[in-house]
Amino acid sequence: MKPVLAAYAGLAASALAALGGLAAAQPLSAPPAYSPPPETSRLLDGPDLAQAQKHCMACHSADYVNTQPRGMPEAFWTAEVAKMRTAYGAPMTDDDAKVVVKYLTATYAASPTRSQ
Amino acid sequence: MDDLRSHRREVLAGALALMAGSAGGARSQTAATVSLPFDNGERPLGVYPQKRPMIVLTQRPPQLETPFEVFDHGAFTPNDAFFVRYHLSGAPPRGLNAATHRLKIGGAVETPLDLGMDDLRTSFPVVEMAAVNQCSGNGRGFSSPRVGGGQLGNGAMGSALWRGVSLRALLDKAGVKPSAKAVEFNGADVPPMRVIPDFIKALSVDHARQGEVMLAYEMNGAPLPLLNGYPLRLIVPGYYGTYWVKHLTDITVLEQDSQSYFMQKAYRVPDNDCACTPPGQPATQTRPIGKLNVRSFITNVQDGQKIGAGKRVVLRGIAFDGGSGVAGVEVSADGGKAWTSAALGQDHGPYGFREWSTHVALNPGNHVLMARARSKAGEIQPMTQTWNPPGYMRNVVDPVRVVAA
Repeated sequence: MKPVLAAYAGLAASALAALGGLAAAQPLSAPPAYSPPPETSRLLDGPDLAQAQKHCMACHSADYVNTQPRGMPEAFWTAEVAKMRTAYGAPMTDDDAKVVVKYLTATYAASPTRSQ
Repeated sequence: MDDLRSHRREVLAGALALMAGSAGGARSQTAATVSLPFDNGERPLGVYPQKRPMIVLTQRPPQLETPFEVFDHGAFTPNDAFFVRYHLSGAPPRGLNAATHRLKIGGAVETPLDLGMDDLRTSFPVVEMAAVNQCSGNGRGFSSPRVGGGQLGNGAMGSALWRGVSLRALLDKAGVKPSAKAVEFNGADVPPMRVIPDFIKALSVDHARQGEVMLAYEMNGAPLPLLNGYPLRLIVPGYYGTYWVKHLTDITVLEQDSQSYFMQKAYRVPDNDCACTPPGQPATQTRPIGKLNVRSFITNVQDGQKIGAGKRVVLRGIAFDGGSGVAGVEVSADGGKAWTSAALGQDHGPYGFREWSTHVALNPGNHVLMARARSKAGEIQPMTQTWNPPGYMRNVVDPVRVVAA
């Protein structure tokens, strides 16, 4: 118990309350183990897929893209890529951005088939 | 096939056995999927640590939606079914441990504090509250016209009994300076690159000291699951989930408005009475999103379901609002022409889910069931949904089409 009480040294006023409360308090919860399932989502195949993978998947999984509404106009993807660059600091040049927008607009034009 | 699917709230396909597999070793991904009823609404079910099979919106960071049938089982959402929302790759943060976790309170205060979890649990009065946490974009996938962002069904909400300490008690202990204007909250999540904004949220100093905002270390009688903010998260009753910062490490009292990206640029709604714009139009002026609007759901009948004709059929569900409390829920079995009052269930406080129930008897044929909640503040769910660019604050009366036979 001494190491626990020592933690209150900087909180003189609360030490008494802490003494009174320690008996009633449950033990602190152990850190939960974390092993998520493997990342399996993949960008759809299309022109300049490698460029899109490099820029889009540095900060998030491919399902961020895959779950967006399909058949959105180029302006939609231009705005999304711009947001990633200006708001989230995605490091890419103007030319990179054009390539990625073109890939997204062309590749995510059609509704998915059920077997996807 | 598309027509049929669009009449279902969610269609479970594939390995239903997964749903019962949480006790066993069903940790591996299976082919189980859910179809949310909008275009491109196919989602895998996935099993994450401390969670039952959840609807996977994204894998990195994990964003998980609650299967809708969970909401038919009471006014509290189980911890292992509670939705998960993160913003940045690298979340959840690794190495969190309640035994070593620290919360620092600083900025414009008389006495900066540096507290461990035992300090929080033993040096301040324990408070407990039922409150709904709902994602700003819950139901975004139904926006028409569609908008970018997390394409959620209606499962990014939940109500829990939160246990912890009052934020006001902590701020009073630290002594907020009279010059204070806002209070910022930061968690242990760190952006994957230095140029990416950290997830920091803020409340006005008056809101922070109003008395109901709390820091929770338990939900529904158990420690917070890792993916719901272990070991400590902010609870902002009546406000959208964006403010409920997880893995809380820092509270900073400011003498000016927060400049955080997630206050200044993101999570903002059109600054007008309806928080809306003409469909497809951007907003000229915006404000930070605020309180939950009034909302209700039928939970025991799914869109597209067949039910028995001429028999008494129980209709039940949940309702909530931003904290005035649910005044009543009305139900229509004719698409909104005639309404009858439902009975309200136990009152768990103004911020929690309020269960309701009634019954209907339907003649053979097609029917449209609806539930419409009214808050004690006088707000009523709209029959048509307004629109805004980020797809926030959806609360339209949802039609549930059934066939009686």
